[in-house]
Amino acid sequence: MKDEALLEAEFQARIDAGEKIEPKDWMPERYRRQLIRMMSQHAHSEIVGMLPEGNWITRAPTLRRKMALLAKVQDEAGHGLYLYSATETLGVDRYQLIRDLLEGRAKYSNIFNYPTLTWADVGVIGWFVDGAAIVNQTMLAKSSYGPYARAMIRICKEEAFHKRQGYEICVTLARGTPEQRRMLQDAINRWWWPTLMMFGPPDDQSPNSAELLRWQVKRKTNDELRQHFINITVPQVLALGMTLPDPELRYDEKTGNWLIGPIDWDEFWRVIRGHGPCNRERLQARRKAHEEGAWVREAVQAYARKRQQQAASTAAEVSHG
Amino acid sequence: MAEMENCMRLWEVFVQPRTGAPHEHAGSVRATHAEMALQHARDVYARRGPVVSIWVVPTDAIYATRPGDEGPFFDPADNKPYRHPLFYKVPHGVKNI
Amino acid sequence: MNLETLDAALRPALFEYLLCLGDDALILGHRLSEWCGHGPYLEEDIALANLALDCLGHAEALLTLAGEVEGKGRTADDLAFLRDAYDFRNVQLVELPRGDFAFTITRQFLFATYACLLYEALQQSAFEPLAGIAAKALKEMRYHLRHSSEWMRCLGDGTEESHRRAQTALDELWMYTGELFEVDDTLRTLIEARIAPDMAALQPKWREQVEAVLREATLTVPEDPPYMATGGRRGHHTEHLGHLLAEMQFLQRAYPGAQW
Repeated sequence: MKDEALLEAEFQARIDAGEKIEPKDWMPERYRRQLIRMMSQHAHSEIVGMLPEGNWITRAPTLRRKMALLAKVQDEAGHGLYLYSATETLGVDRYQLIRDLLEGRAKYSNIFNYPTLTWADVGVIGWFVDGAAIVNQTMLAKSSYGPYARAMIRICKEEAFHKRQGYEICVTLARGTPEQRRMLQDAINRWWWPTLMMFGPPDDQSPNSAELLRWQVKRKTNDELRQHFINITVPQVLALGMTLPDPELRYDEKTGNWLIGPIDWDEFWRVIRGHGPCNRERLQARRKAHEEGAWVREAVQAYARKRQQQAASTAAEVSHG
Repeated sequence: MAEMENCMRLWEVFVQPRTGAPHEHAGSVRATHAEMALQHARDVYARRGPVVSIWVVPTDAIYATRPGDEGPFFDPADNKPYRHPLFYKVPHGVKNI
Repeated sequence: MNLETLDAALRPALFEYLLCLGDDALILGHRLSEWCGHGPYLEEDIALANLALDCLGHAEALLTLAGEVEGKGRTADDLAFLRDAYDFRNVQLVELPRGDFAFTITRQFLFATYACLLYEALQQSAFEPLAGIAAKALKEMRYHLRHSSEWMRCLGDGTEESHRRAQTALDELWMYTGELFEVDDTLRTLIEARIAPDMAALQPKWREQVEAVLREATLTVPEDPPYMATGGRRGHHTEHLGHLLAEMQFLQRAYPGAQW
């Protein structure tokens, strides 16, 4: 039996060489637990994320928008599913993960604790929130854990249309009536700061970052990703003739970065701790769906068991016949 | 919530993108029986096409190598060159060999 | 025949007929879409969204064609979002609230059985654009039928509770099935022109197929009620449609003339 230190050294060497770690490979227990945490949180975020946009499916203003939004939300369910499946490769049950979520023990991305108040929110979410997710996810597609990387590649391919759909909605509003422009500016004002918070606290306040970087589960820091997102998004906002709710926003010639004012991290922590505008509603909706679905899940399992028993007794008859 | 209720079986999904191509592993689904697994696989993994065929296999039916089997199980490709066509010399000008 | 060669005398009837088919698909698709994010488990949530998307796709194709036949420049969106309830021509079956999962699946099963027969027959329509839509829609509705039939079996022959819910749904929905096979003057005109099939003639086949699955599902075929619901094809709906449209049409009504 190799000792832990040697195994860890070999493991780190594989990571440094760019190898993928697969489910049955040896891995430090901490690595396994960090991955379970990250992947399951990601999965929960996709599932809960269906709700704010799902809120507007029945009110989408054209057939095309209705179908596109429905397809997008459906994709999010699919992404949750890929990620639960990937998490299961580490020996955790999907149902345990879901129980953790519904019983308030698991985290999901804060951004989905905000309400969608207008149709413009739907556009802005696709543009900002999916945009931010893409920045994050493109990096995660190179994650050292094989199943996570593969799930992320599939997800990234599907996400490509989500952001464009969102931006197209916003372009249409920006070119529309004064009321539509007002609707769009209002949505931008409400979603900008929460989106920036999606990248997580500054690295010096982020306890997991160093380890995750060493293991190449994450490959960039929170601040690096946030800055990248800001740099690509600000010009897009300005191109629509819209503004951002930040009086300190300015362009720095030297670095080529758009610099922002201070983020209110109190709000971030408040919402994470359950005191955001929609935390309760999101969990209630998920719980309700789960509880109301219980009899359905029981039914289909009972049906499958009956068919299995029938097949077994038919086989017995045949062999004794 | 009954403990039993949530225990649907895990199935691995393989999709064939066009006739003649091999089936590729796409991911997994939870389902209680084969017909439902097939339908769920179609809804989850075949939305964007192209898909002409789907296989679903209960995950526990898959018998696989383990890491560490690699050495003894898989011949290193570089020490049995007689399995490769370039190992063999053919005189110039001879066709169809 | 196509739009150019279509007999002008047939236009009003064909327009009405396309509204019937398009509105069925639209309203049913809308009801299915309400499940998104609230399904009994993840895989089935995704499945229901697929069913909804299929129906909405059919609606867009059929309503676009309707607008072209009408010839007044109305688009599918104009028809979907700017008509009031009494101008909708869907059957009442599709506008009923989604209910529980048994209700949704049972309704889908009953409708999909009908829709497969309808689209199969419509592939022979003398009006080519409609035959084309039918051919595509048939493929998708066949999957709806397969999916909902399997669920009828699971629910009917699952647990006592699922059996009870499925039977209740079936009993409630049965009185709305007659409307699917009504033949009025509009339809008669189109049947003579070989544009539309004779739905009344298809009813026995529908019944046979439905009963076969219900038997497998250990469910009881309801007695035919003394009164089958009717009126949808004439714009007389249940109270549910008004609320559905108020929600669906809100943005277009609140911001008239805006582009989305």
